[in-house]
Amino acid sequence: MQHVKANDAVSLPAALDVSAVNHSYGQKQVLSDVSFSIAPGRFTVLLGLNGAGKTTLFSLISHLYNTRRGAIRIFGHDISREPGEALRLLGIVFQARTLDLDLSVYQNLSYHASLHGIGRREAVSRIKTLLGQIGMSDRLYDKARSLSGGQMRRVEIVRALLHRPPLLLLDEATVGLDIQSRAEILATIRQLVVTDGISVFWATHLIDEVEDSDHVVILHKGKVLADGRVDDVVHSCGVNSIGEAFAMLSGVASVPAGGGSQ
Amino acid sequence: MTFQSATGRIPAGTTVEHGFSLRQYLVCLKGILVREGLRFLNQRERFVSSLVRPLLWLFVFAAGFRQVLGVSIIPPYKTYVLYEVYITPGLCGMILLFSGMQSSLSMVYDREMGNMRTLLVSPFPRWFLLVSKLLAGVTVSILQVYAFLAIAWFWDVTPPWTGYLLILPALFLSGMMLCSLGMLLSSMIKQLENFAGIMNFVIFPMYFASPALYPLWRIQESSPLLHKICLANPFTYAVELIRFALYGQIDWGSLMVVVAFTVLFLGGAILAYDPSNGLLSRKQDTGGNA
Repeated sequence: MQHVKANDAVSLPAALDVSAVNHSYGQKQVLSDVSFSIAPGRFTVLLGLNGAGKTTLFSLISHLYNTRRGAIRIFGHDISREPGEALRLLGIVFQARTLDLDLSVYQNLSYHASLHGIGRREAVSRIKTLLGQIGMSDRLYDKARSLSGGQMRRVEIVRALLHRPPLLLLDEATVGLDIQSRAEILATIRQLVVTDGISVFWATHLIDEVEDSDHVVILHKGKVLADGRVDDVVHSCGVNSIGEAFAMLSGVASVPAGGGSQ
Repeated sequence: MTFQSATGRIPAGTTVEHGFSLRQYLVCLKGILVREGLRFLNQRERFVSSLVRPLLWLFVFAAGFRQVLGVSIIPPYKTYVLYEVYITPGLCGMILLFSGMQSSLSMVYDREMGNMRTLLVSPFPRWFLLVSKLLAGVTVSILQVYAFLAIAWFWDVTPPWTGYLLILPALFLSGMMLCSLGMLLSSMIKQLENFAGIMNFVIFPMYFASPALYPLWRIQESSPLLHKICLANPFTYAVELIRFALYGQIDWGSLMVVVAFTVLFLGGAILAYDPSNGLLSRKQDTGGNA
């Protein structure tokens, strides 16, 4: 394995700066000396197979776990020292569904708004605006249980945007969705980068969710194998695609491409 | 599916607000209280079952044992009391105990289902979030106790009217202690399936090794060892605190013990859920892949 550093030009402060992070569960080391930066206003893909350490890394970034070795900064705010300031700047869509199925869409979203100190009037305004933009205004008072998988994911994205974070983390956000829902959600998130200048950190194990213009961080067995623009990483590896680059760097024969529901 | 400047755009590097105003703290607390209330209302069977359990004890168990287990004059009672009158404070404690453990069960469930994450990634201080969740759980359980007392009134359990008011702080403190214990236990339980052990090893021993069903002097007469166990049981003091409060008195000794255990359990729970302590981060328990 070799470590490719294709693009070192990162403006300061980085939207996300992960520096020499290690993490283990007991004796099992799941992240080893993980370092990379995400520049503001960029769509960055965290590419890795299942078990690569993506969810653990997200748990560290979102302060669910403490960073015992290394440092994580969100727009310059250290997540361990200034968790409140850092978490204010972060919107998160977890891999597992986290809507309360017994509550309505509105109740789920207003609960999240209150967890960010957003008052009722402002919360209602933001919820209606965002739901209207994804064409789900008519589902406002429906139970989350009645939504399809794709609709639930969209509501979770709305929830992550309610407090207007400049950095959005999405952990395998398209897992379990059909092709159309996957494409719509991915397009929506990419549009956010363009229209709002929001920084996106998109974790996936599916190669076809990566575009040549993206920034990519390849994580394999807890180690960063490559970090840079996709075309730069591909060029540095002397191959024709990011799939081939991933296979070459990780030594894995075949890489999942997606294409259907998971 | 399109967003038009959905995020309101916060330019990178913008100075971030530090801390929260009192109003924002109250908004957060209200949100957590409302959610707990909504969940409770959505689970009506939870409310019914929380009442059925103590009512069965009151209607069936106490009725059957009232002739056998007459209770002599012991504080706070000024006369001989019927057995159902004696066990009512213990049954109030039972509601708080089961409700506290149910609250911890829901936290384990939330953690497994991922709902807990939405709470824990809030930018508010972790201790505030956990205390708010605790307050929400205690509020719901106090409502259950009052519903039980209202029904018990028709069963000739009629404490003085002032008792209904004075019992409130006792219920609050006892509820805080038991919910804190539940929260602490929830941090130690990796999977929902392990919760059955809590029923067998925590709830039932705590309930039966207490003066909820029999006065301590009777327990001491029959088994000095059990009496010692009862004295070491924090639930004993919660029951006595409630019993005295229901009759307009303060049992200072019980009050101090309950406060001390509340601080101990709550401190332990906050430490356990604090990522800097790392208890949770040593386990792969939050519902995701590695």
